[in-house]
Amino acid sequence: MTEPAKPIIQIQNVSKRFGKVTAVDNVSLDINAGEFFVLLGPSGCGKTTLLRMIAGFELPTEGRILIDGQDMAGIPPNKRPVNMVFQSYAVFPHMSVADNVAYGLKIAGVKGAEIKARVAEALELVKLGGFGERMPDQMSGGQRQRVALARSLVMRPKVLLLDEPLSALDAKLRAQMQFELSELQEKVGITFVTVTHDQDEALSMACRIGVINKGEVAQLATPSDLYEYPANRFVADFVGSVNIFEGKLTLDEPDKAAVDCPGVGKIYLNHGVTGPHGADVWVALRPEKIYLHVPGEGKAVKAAAQDAPDGYNFARGKIKGMSYLGDITLFEIELDGGARIRVSRPNLSRHDQEDFTWDDRVSMHWRADSPVVLLG
Amino acid sequence: MALFARAPIAPLEYSRTLWMRLWVGAVMVFLYAPLVVLMVFSFNDSKRNVVWRGFTTKYYEKALGNDQLVEALINSLTIAALATLASLVLGTLAAVMLWRFRFPWKGAIDGTISLPIIVPEICLGVAFLMFFAAVGWPTDLVWPFNLGAITIAHITFCFPFVTMVVRSRLASFNREQEEAAKDLGASEAQVFRDVLIPHIKPALVAGALLAFTLSLDDFVITYFTSGPDTITFPVKVYSMVRFSVTPEVNAASTLLIILTVVLTFIALKAQGVKAIAETH
Repeated sequence: MTEPAKPIIQIQNVSKRFGKVTAVDNVSLDINAGEFFVLLGPSGCGKTTLLRMIAGFELPTEGRILIDGQDMAGIPPNKRPVNMVFQSYAVFPHMSVADNVAYGLKIAGVKGAEIKARVAEALELVKLGGFGERMPDQMSGGQRQRVALARSLVMRPKVLLLDEPLSALDAKLRAQMQFELSELQEKVGITFVTVTHDQDEALSMACRIGVINKGEVAQLATPSDLYEYPANRFVADFVGSVNIFEGKLTLDEPDKAAVDCPGVGKIYLNHGVTGPHGADVWVALRPEKIYLHVPGEGKAVKAAAQDAPDGYNFARGKIKGMSYLGDITLFEIELDGGARIRVSRPNLSRHDQEDFTWDDRVSMHWRADSPVVLLG
Repeated sequence: MALFARAPIAPLEYSRTLWMRLWVGAVMVFLYAPLVVLMVFSFNDSKRNVVWRGFTTKYYEKALGNDQLVEALINSLTIAALATLASLVLGTLAAVMLWRFRFPWKGAIDGTISLPIIVPEICLGVAFLMFFAAVGWPTDLVWPFNLGAITIAHITFCFPFVTMVVRSRLASFNREQEEAAKDLGASEAQVFRDVLIPHIKPALVAGALLAFTLSLDDFVITYFTSGPDTITFPVKVYSMVRFSVTPEVNAASTLLIILTVVLTFIALKAQGVKAIAETH
């Protein structure tokens, strides 16, 4: 983005309680104009409630929500400058596609000729040009979703809210729609706020992701920061797959650190942690960042690793489980220290998986900048 | 040979088994034989109408020329039309209220609304008789106001049926559609008109048909609430039968059957039979 980020939605200390249940707990976050923002979290974490509060279908118990600088308190959903694409799409079944898209404009009192032009333009935008006369029951789920998108976009909202937009589509179509949604968002330049529990969806579409856990913001970051620099165990575990080891911080200097993890041994890092010495910490290590050696290959690597002890971590263990997934193979390995570790290995050649079998003794290494030390 | 051999009957192909065909045939005879007899004997050229004495249409002329009978028919249709309209409005509002809102005594109100369906007609009839007597309901009004008492009684037992049908349809309503309409700028009234009414339309047609036919052929309650000058078609037929069963009664009944069948047909056609079947 060339222009400085300007918040279009400001959520300020918002809480929502249903009876004794706190769905959203003192959340504050800004969503910038023109960005594709994703609220990611497990089901029941409060992300949909947050979205519905922006749309006006739920009212905050505490705090306030500003859209384009205007406080939304007391403004009903039909008067807010946002539009929503619902999880069930909620396309009106008794109206043709064109009438569905025209509905909001008719309510707003737009003139007939302009309605026609804008409906055609919106349908063209979602690649449904020429489908105007169809009835919704003559369309597939994916097409109905496009109708719902066009129906919202035609209103030219300041923000488009999408509630689990891809959850009802099959895997292939979902991958295609992820791409199309990002493309559409760039084309129209409207701020998109999407709710999802699917990390792949979030990582592939978002400019920024807000991870929500138990009604609170667990981390707010770009997709790659979220994956590579998770702020806590919840985020590390929820986004992607991860090995987490508990240990004590035994060495902590500006350019190196070590965590002593029972069952694993010492895990070296090539940067400082700035945590209290001897404190309980957690080390997160992604399975794909561990390099598994083909039997026999390990010795040479170990020799190399010993020359530069700070550069590599080295470990040995026994294969306890394998699952072949085609593009990669997942290994479950019992380390000599007793801990279990998950390792993934890309199948670069057609015979790669033949090199390993159950109960093989194997060695592995990972770079000293791969582990992430988590304090919470 | 194989070309003309019948395929063996598949396990679930009941419509091709003999016992099922006999059973269906017996049901049809049981249901429709009396009606067919009634219609056939409306053309009987015999005053006592016990044995067939030849074809005639003169009893149709006689029935249509019978001023009292025609007046009774007009009364019945008027009452049925008014009761249907009022039941639709009341029944739909009650259904939406019970579906949409939470309020004190909801369970009790829910229960009592369907009471007129359960209470024996004779009890309702007596209750109405006593009620209208107690409030001193005037019996000497001009047409159509003289039908007021009967119409009110009919609305009472018709609208719970509309409520029932509309409620079952509302249960399948996706609330996100309501929110989507609001999100697009619609007010509560616009949501009701543009989204909710179209959804429950098949139930409205089915409910209207139910109410209309229930009102049209009601005898017991009408008998208790009709004044001296406000006779309805079923009551008139009953009084004619008391003297003698002439083909005139058959002719009048046949006309009524045809009228209801045609009305039902039009309603189903206008709505699409499938959509109405969906409500049940």
